[in-house]
Amino acid sequence: MSLWIWLLIACALAYAWKLVGYFVPARLLEDPRMSRVAGTMTIGLLASLTVVNTFATGQSLAADARLGALVAAAIALALRAPFLVVVLAGAGTAALLRILGWN
Amino acid sequence: MTLLASPAVRMGISISIATGLYGVSFGALSVTSGLDFWQTMALSLLLFSGGSQFAFIGVVAGGGSGIAAMSAATLLGMRNGIYGMQLNALLHPTGWRRYVAAQLTIDESTATSSGQTDPAEQRRGFWAAGIGIYVLWNLFTAIGALAGSGLGDPKQWGLDGAAVAAFLGLLWPRLKGREPVAIAAVCAVATVIAVPFVPAGVPILVAAVVAAVIGWFSHGRRDEGLEPDVDPFRERHHHGAHRAGDTGPGAGK
Repeated sequence: MSLWIWLLIACALAYAWKLVGYFVPARLLEDPRMSRVAGTMTIGLLASLTVVNTFATGQSLAADARLGALVAAAIALALRAPFLVVVLAGAGTAALLRILGWN
Repeated sequence: MTLLASPAVRMGISISIATGLYGVSFGALSVTSGLDFWQTMALSLLLFSGGSQFAFIGVVAGGGSGIAAMSAATLLGMRNGIYGMQLNALLHPTGWRRYVAAQLTIDESTATSSGQTDPAEQRRGFWAAGIGIYVLWNLFTAIGALAGSGLGDPKQWGLDGAAVAAFLGLLWPRLKGREPVAIAAVCAVATVIAVPFVPAGVPILVAAVVAAVIGWFSHGRRDEGLEPDVDPFRERHHHGAHRAGDTGPGAGK
């Protein structure tokens, strides 16, 4: 139940961010630092989410089949594959490595 | 049919299809991360911002708390505020349209609109991409969620690997040049260092703080990291023509 509450708060805050741009006087947000922070935070969060989903299991770090998924996804992205193909490459590689016995 | 003659509308429709399809992976991953069908649909209907939605389910899947998931999703949503400001200056929506436009303000609708030069085309591009993506993203989220709940053990299908690939796919189009790569590397290292010491989900917030400090004190490109996951103009840059349905690297929303 508490997950629902945080989920709905996340939805409300997401809409609040979007609305802020339309209602706050433009010059307040024109501070280039705000754009910079929004951008660098986007990069930092996505890099962090990639790392956490690859190496973390709770509070421990491990190199398992998910590392293979990361490599496969990077190769697919370098080859300019569409997003869906990238995701399928990651899933397929992780599944295959598990069949081969690498957890 | 005159509407379909508009390049902005056609671009909006093709990006809607590309982005919508990627909703399948969100829906499937969400239900295997521990959210139920309606929680998954609430994220797509109400939150409606791909990166934030993936962040929310990514934290939950890693055993993080609801508040950590909410925080990660909210920090990722900050850039939509910047987009809202840009779109307000371009489109000047009034009355109820402002509130609808706000909900449709995401990477792809902003990119489709701001890439046009004619004000009428900017408006058409925004609404075509925004409404098109909203409808297809939710439709395909539902399909993915229904398919995902019948899969059994998500690890057997490598769905944890799919999540890794999805986040790398979202990050990839933003790594243009040395600076964003350096920011990503520093935040990745900060995350790895933090994992053993703080509860699950919190390392992501540590990385967000590191990234915010870098952004605040450094002077680089003003729009660093604010590239769309699916670049509507990518086809033009690379092939000189726009092909519907071809999403390119890091397609997503």
